[in-house]
Formats: sequence, structure tokens, C-alpha cells
Amino acid sequence: MEILVCVKRVPDTAENEFELNSAGNDLDRDDLVFSVNEWDNYAVEEAIQIVDNVGGSVTVVTVGDDESEEVLRREMAMGANNGVLLSDDAFEGSDGKGIASILKAEVEKGSYDLILTGAQADEGAGQVAGMLAAMLDLPYASLVNKVEVGEGKVTVGREIEGGNQEMNEIDLPCVLSIQTGINEPRYVGIRGIRKVAKVEIPVRSASDLGVDAAVIGDANAKVKRVDYFVPDLGEGAEMLEGSTDEIIETLIEKLKSKGGL
Amino acid sequence: MTQIFAYIPHQGGVAADIAFEFPEAAKKLDGAATLTAVVTGSGADLDKVANGLTSLYAEVIKIDNEALAYPNAEVVRKALLNVLDANAIVLAAHDTFGMDLCPGLSIKMDSTYVADVVDFEGVDGSLLKTVRQELGGAVSTHVTCDITAGAVVTIRPGAFAPVEAGQSGAVADKSADAGDLTGKRRFLEIVEAEVGDVDITKSDVLVSVGRGIEEEDNIEIAQELAEAMHAVVSCSRPIVDAKWLEKSRQVGTSGLTVKPKVYMAMGISGSFQHMGGVKGNPFIVAVNKNPKAPIFQVADVGIVEDILEFMPELTEKVKSL
Repeated sequence: MEILVCVKRVPDTAENEFELNSAGNDLDRDDLVFSVNEWDNYAVEEAIQIVDNVGGSVTVVTVGDDESEEVLRREMAMGANNGVLLSDDAFEGSDGKGIASILKAEVEKGSYDLILTGAQADEGAGQVAGMLAAMLDLPYASLVNKVEVGEGKVTVGREIEGGNQEMNEIDLPCVLSIQTGINEPRYVGIRGIRKVAKVEIPVRSASDLGVDAAVIGDANAKVKRVDYFVPDLGEGAEMLEGSTDEIIETLIEKLKSKGGL
Repeated sequence: MTQIFAYIPHQGGVAADIAFEFPEAAKKLDGAATLTAVVTGSGADLDKVANGLTSLYAEVIKIDNEALAYPNAEVVRKALLNVLDANAIVLAAHDTFGMDLCPGLSIKMDSTYVADVVDFEGVDGSLLKTVRQELGGAVSTHVTCDITAGAVVTIRPGAFAPVEAGQSGAVADKSADAGDLTGKRRFLEIVEAEVGDVDITKSDVLVSVGRGIEEEDNIEIAQELAEAMHAVVSCSRPIVDAKWLEKSRQVGTSGLTVKPKVYMAMGISGSFQHMGGVKGNPFIVAVNKNPKAPIFQVADVGIVEDILEFMPELTEKVKSL
């Protein structure tokens, strides 16, 4: 089974406290810590486990700049066989449809049975996999938390509301977006990263891919982020301050009056 | 004139709550637009939903077919493509079905897609102005979307105020237009969530832990606090993903919906998926070492401390009462 996993380098929500810049219209990007999108690690782990069971290879791909190479290497240290970096100034500012178009061009250069992505990334849209599938006319399932490979098809579980699981049978090739919790992504140590440090990662440009110039880049993005802001949501919580003892004393009184104690 | 279609999710003959929220969303999107509800399904359940929706929508389109009995996104997409006007704006819920359906639908309709919108700021020329959140709710963004060739937009459940029934609409049966409904993805069955050793939905007080607990061994600290408070331990998604607690302890849209009197959010950032599972307006206490955590916007009382230090001290004091 040939598997392509699409990954993304994103600001790490566990490592950063996000603040706006002085102009108040963008994130303060100094000192932001980046890592691979959390969902993508589950997608790569799932791909590796499938290949361990049925054979084949795992290729990881990302659309990004030079710095995105590090996330490809991380996933290769997990066990992905190949990495491909899709990088071109013309890609900058692409919307979800633009990114899906770039990935489509790469998919068509290969011969994949299964294409995986994380269920969502930093922007929280969860859009690229579904768009890519529709562009390729392949079947798709989102929020996948179980994959069983069969003959010419896969049986997948989707996480739906209330902790229930929706089981489907899907013809191969297909596109799946992978939900966290489907597996336990393996740990990657420094030694693992070092092992793949010298592996060559091909970089492909817009012209290498032959991607339609009319759908990529900021100028062709029909969906655009105008700015970032922090909404005024009213007063929010009453913040308890002082020493821990004082805070706990106040909290206990409040809990008593609200039926918590 | 702009046409808006709202795709109505339903189950067991009852429309989802968001059916009451689409009219408000549509009004904020474009007050001059016409709004039509679209509902797909099969048989008596579908009729019941469609007829019920006429009290909320002037027009309700129903598409009845055996193949639509369970909402398989691939099949629903085919039906919608054959029934909806190509340049329309389609509203859907940002739920597990909307996420399955909508990105691909926007490609097939050759329109634009905006996901998980929490507010609209109207239409300026050909640009629809929307409000979204990124980075797990840490920041908000204004996003514009070109609607010249239509758009598919998912809205966050609960983000728009529900409307009261006040229409006396009619149902239009478009079942004959649905076309070929065969697909490459076939629905098999629903596997129900496992029932756990404790029922967190029955507890008046929940001590709920999130990423701030840091390590599996620290769960014990929360259990001790819960014991002292005669409460039960619940958690957010990352704790279940890490397999530190059972799925039956998870609060949120992908876990269980709870209605406690008091909700102690310990080291929980407060994503909308998590808070979507906290109902009944409980008294929410949030302890988080990040003063910018979104949980402080929705909590009643906030404390900026490390839960690993705070919880043991609180446990001691509660025990000594």
C-alpha cells in the first residue's frame, strides 16, 4: 500500500501564549515555537502501522518554506520512508482551495492507494482533505479514528457526536482525515532525528508540479484572513488574586454557596 | 437576490438545535437574502422533521430517498448538487457531518468555503465578512470570502441566538431531482460509546482535568480533590487521547454532555468543543497557569495558578472543613 500523508508546520498551542503585535492586527510572531500539527502525528503513525501490516511505503508531504523541512524530517524519524517539500513563493497566501490544488498536483505525480491528513490544523477549518478528495474525485471520510485495510477497500470508523463511532466501508484509493486518539504516536528522540538528518528531501516548485497558477497564492485566494483580534467577550471570570491561602479561602466560600461543598 | 440554503441535521424525527440558529445567522449574513431549509432523509422521520421546520422557515425543501436514510456525506452531496442553485450560499453546522460534507461540496459547487464561523459582519460588494477563531480559540480572525459564485459556510453550533417559531412555511418535495445516489463509501453501522465505571453525567460536581495535568501519575491529585469534594473526575479530550482516562470520562462534543452544578476546570484551556459538552449553566471554576486561556472568558471564577500545586492545597483545606 502506497500512502501519502499531508502534514503542516504550525505554531504550537501547547508551547505558546498567543499575543497580538503592537499594531493589534497580527500575531506577535517573534519567538513563536513551531512544531508539526498535532493531528498529523496520528496520521503518520497510522500510515506507518498500516505499512508494517500490509507492506508498502509512507511518503510525507508539506506545502511550506525551507523551515517546513524540519517537520518532514521529524515524521521521517518516526518511520515515514520519503519526504517531499512543495515550496514556491507563488504558493504564499494560498487559501484552503489553493493548498488543496497544490497537493492535488503532487498526488497526481505518484500512485497512491491512500492519502491521509490530520483532521484539522492551526486554522481549525479541517478543509484541505475534503477539498483534495473532491478535486481528485476520490471518496473521503473525515475524523477517522479506526482504519482496517481490506481488499480494494478500507473499513473506517469516524468519530461522531457523543463519543459514538460511525463505521463505513470505502473503496480505495481514498482520502481520510485522521482524528487524534486513533493510536499512540511513537516518540521521536534526538537520535531518530539525526538518522534522517542527511536524507535528501526533494523540493518541488509550482512549475515542477504544473499546478494551475490561477488558483494559488494570495492574489487568487478567494477566502482571506484580514486580521487577528481579541474579541471583547464581556467581563469573563472573576479573577481571584492574592496568596494561595487567601484564594482558597474565597473559593471555598463560593463553592459552599454554589453547592460544590 | 442572494439565496441562502440551510442544511438541517436531524435524528429520530427531530431537527438539531442549530435549526433554530440558522435564521439568525442568515439574517446577519445578508438581511435581504431569502432563506430556505433543506432536509434530506427517508420516510416518516423526514416528513416529521420537514413539517416541523415550516414553523421556522418560509420554504422547506425535502429530499426523500432510501439512500439518504442515514446521512452519508458522499450521497448527501450528490443530492444537494442536483437540487441547489449553483450560486447559492449553503449554510451547514460545523459538526462531524458538516465537516464531512462541506469542503468537498464547495469544490463540486465551484464556490468558496469558510468553516466554523462564529459571527457574520454582512456583505460588502462580493465579499462576505465572517468572524472565526484560530489556534484552539486563542485568537479570533476576520475572514472575507468571495461569494460571486456562491459559498459553503459552516457555523459553530450555539454561536447564533436561536429564533422563536413564527413562520408558516411550506414543504417543497424535490426528491425526484436527487439523481444518482450511489457512491464509493457505504455506511455500515453506529458503534455506541462504551459505558464507563462511573457516570459523569449524573454527578453534581465535576473535577475536570486537561493538559495542565501534564503526566498520567498526576491524575491521582485530581482524584484526591474529587474525593474530598464528593465529586467525580472528568476530563478533556487530550487526556483520553493519551489513554490516561477512559473515553467515558470525556466532556465535550465528541464525548459526553454534562449538567453539573459546579464544574471545576483544572488545567483546561476551554476549547469550544470541550465547553460544548458543559450544559445547564453550572458554576465554573477555572484554574490555569496561562492567564490568556480562553476558559477564563466563560468561567465564573478564575485562578491563575499551576493546578499541580493548587489542587493538593485545596484538597487539604477541603478535608479540614
